[in-house]
Amino acid sequence: MLNDLFSPETLSEAWRIIQAEFLTAVWETVYVTLLATAFSIIIGLPLGVLLVAGEKNGVLPLPSWLLQTLNILINLLRSVPFLILMILVFPLTRFVVGTVVGTTASIVPLVIAAFPFVARLAESSLREVSPNTVEMAQSMGASPLQIIVKVMIPESIPSLISNATIAITTILGYSAMSGIIGGGGLGKIAINYGYYRYKYLIMLAAVVLLILLVQIFQSVGTRLAARLDKRLKRKG
Amino acid sequence: MIEIRNISKTFHTADGSVEALKNVSISIPDGDIFGIIGMSGAGKSTLVRCINLLERPTEGSIEINGVDLCKLSEGELRKVRREITMIFQGFNLLMQRNCLKNVCFPLELAGKSRAEAKKRALELLDIVGLKDKAKAYPAQLSGGQQQRVAIARALATDPKVLLCDEATSALDPTTTNSILELIRSINEKLGITVIIITHQMSVVESVCRHVAILDDGTVAEQGAVAEVFSHPKSPAARRLVFPEGISDSPVVSEAGERLIRVVFNGAAAAGSPLIARMAVEKGIEANIAYASTKSIGGKAYGSMLLGIPGGSETVRAAIDYMTQTPDVLAEEVTPHAE
Ligand SMILES: Nc1ncnc2c1ncn2[C@@H]1O[C@H](COP(=O)(O)OP(=O)(O)O)[C@@H](O)[C@H]1O
Ligand SMILES: [Mg+2]
Repeated sequence: MLNDLFSPETLSEAWRIIQAEFLTAVWETVYVTLLATAFSIIIGLPLGVLLVAGEKNGVLPLPSWLLQTLNILINLLRSVPFLILMILVFPLTRFVVGTVVGTTASIVPLVIAAFPFVARLAESSLREVSPNTVEMAQSMGASPLQIIVKVMIPESIPSLISNATIAITTILGYSAMSGIIGGGGLGKIAINYGYYRYKYLIMLAAVVLLILLVQIFQSVGTRLAARLDKRLKRKG
Repeated sequence: MIEIRNISKTFHTADGSVEALKNVSISIPDGDIFGIIGMSGAGKSTLVRCINLLERPTEGSIEINGVDLCKLSEGELRKVRREITMIFQGFNLLMQRNCLKNVCFPLELAGKSRAEAKKRALELLDIVGLKDKAKAYPAQLSGGQQQRVAIARALATDPKVLLCDEATSALDPTTTNSILELIRSINEKLGITVIIITHQMSVVESVCRHVAILDDGTVAEQGAVAEVFSHPKSPAARRLVFPEGISDSPVVSEAGERLIRVVFNGAAAAGSPLIARMAVEKGIEANIAYASTKSIGGKAYGSMLLGIPGGSETVRAAIDYMTQTPDVLAEEVTPHAE
């Protein structure tokens, strides 16, 4: 079998497929990942803010039933396995995109799966802001909205960026999984060739590219977070 | 004028309720530097947070220039808070903003334009001696410098009252003195009423004119600093003034010695030279039993406990000699009445 895997014919066939399909696949993966992450942040960050600010001692206390409902909803969505979630949201996907297959369609389940996760990540970042700092802002007459926009979010930017990096790499993994039921990109290639047609070499190449993408996102994110963290400025 | 009237504050926690303040009443005249001193857990922070209503008192009222803060709406309260600003033990600067932007912060909150805020912030950084650090981030500054930035920030909205909650407790003695000196000059130049919360006697001695001693949520004693510290009446005050428990031992400690307490309230003459002069001029050889004095801006602040050998007449003469010196007060320390 190993002989098979690396025989000249398989190698040249694999190379042909890689040349023909991989550029599009990488692009699709990156596009789906970035878009899904962006939407997840648009929904998840405000929710994360509400989870922190809405507490009893927070800057914008919410009715406890509302906060409770929000928490339960987030936990529920997070506990549904991604594959099942994708199938569950078919009606929504069809409503939003018009179809349930294809690259763009896979963004919908990705966002539904990722925004609760992003909300929790944002929550943990925002909690790192010291209550003393918030109290300082209150003592200067800041309104709840001003505290959120001018204190809580800017003060936790480095941590928010680290967590956005975690989100992006996780969503990248999910997007590969969406290849099973019609999503595009590297995941689809890995499954189509590796799982259905036993062309392991293609699958391997797709996996290597996925790993590379994760590495790139991660190192860009880590560097950006460190660069933007003014607490790390040198003395003098 | 700040009128704190019959303030009580009870916290309800999972393990029962805590009465942090019990029926506290204090009046603070405009332009004063008022100290609130007490042990850790006495309720000082709770009291100062009640003054700008970060904490709502369970009972009682806070009046500032005749306005009862408890009756204000949230929006009105936010406006009033621009006039009662605060500095903290931990400085509480925004770590992701540079010094200039930190000082701009309260001005942004008040809706000032960017240019206006920047101009004012630079003026303030100049006042606190940190104009050259405008572009530096808090992490690049020492504790004392960070507190100066915090002071500049607190002054940005032209407040009438400055609250200082343990503002020097995280600083070394030299830095503490320079910050206290800055606070004193701000009080003099701008006429801002300053309320200083501290657990350190030396801080009150060196800058405050009046003091309230807070003990277990109640005001044990209040009045002029020299008055309260020269003859402390309450046990709480005595514990502060005589940290080594001197008042609990017989007053005539050394054989035949009686004690007088000398308070330096910005005196031109420092402690030891004064005592040396007294020895030369009056022939009274005083022993220093306890001393806590500081020279700030060339003036002496603090207090000393002197052992005076001899009878009532010598003690009288020593007290007279001391009180004739400007800004020095002296009293015999009488045995406590228990
Ligand atoms: N938010 C709070 N919840 C419960 N108890 C509190 C709270 N704030 C202060 N306390 C309690 O009130 C008392 C006074 O605290 P504090 O005002 O911080 O004292 P100090 O500043 O003099 O050290 C302490 O027993 C403290 O535990
Ligand atoms: Mg305190």
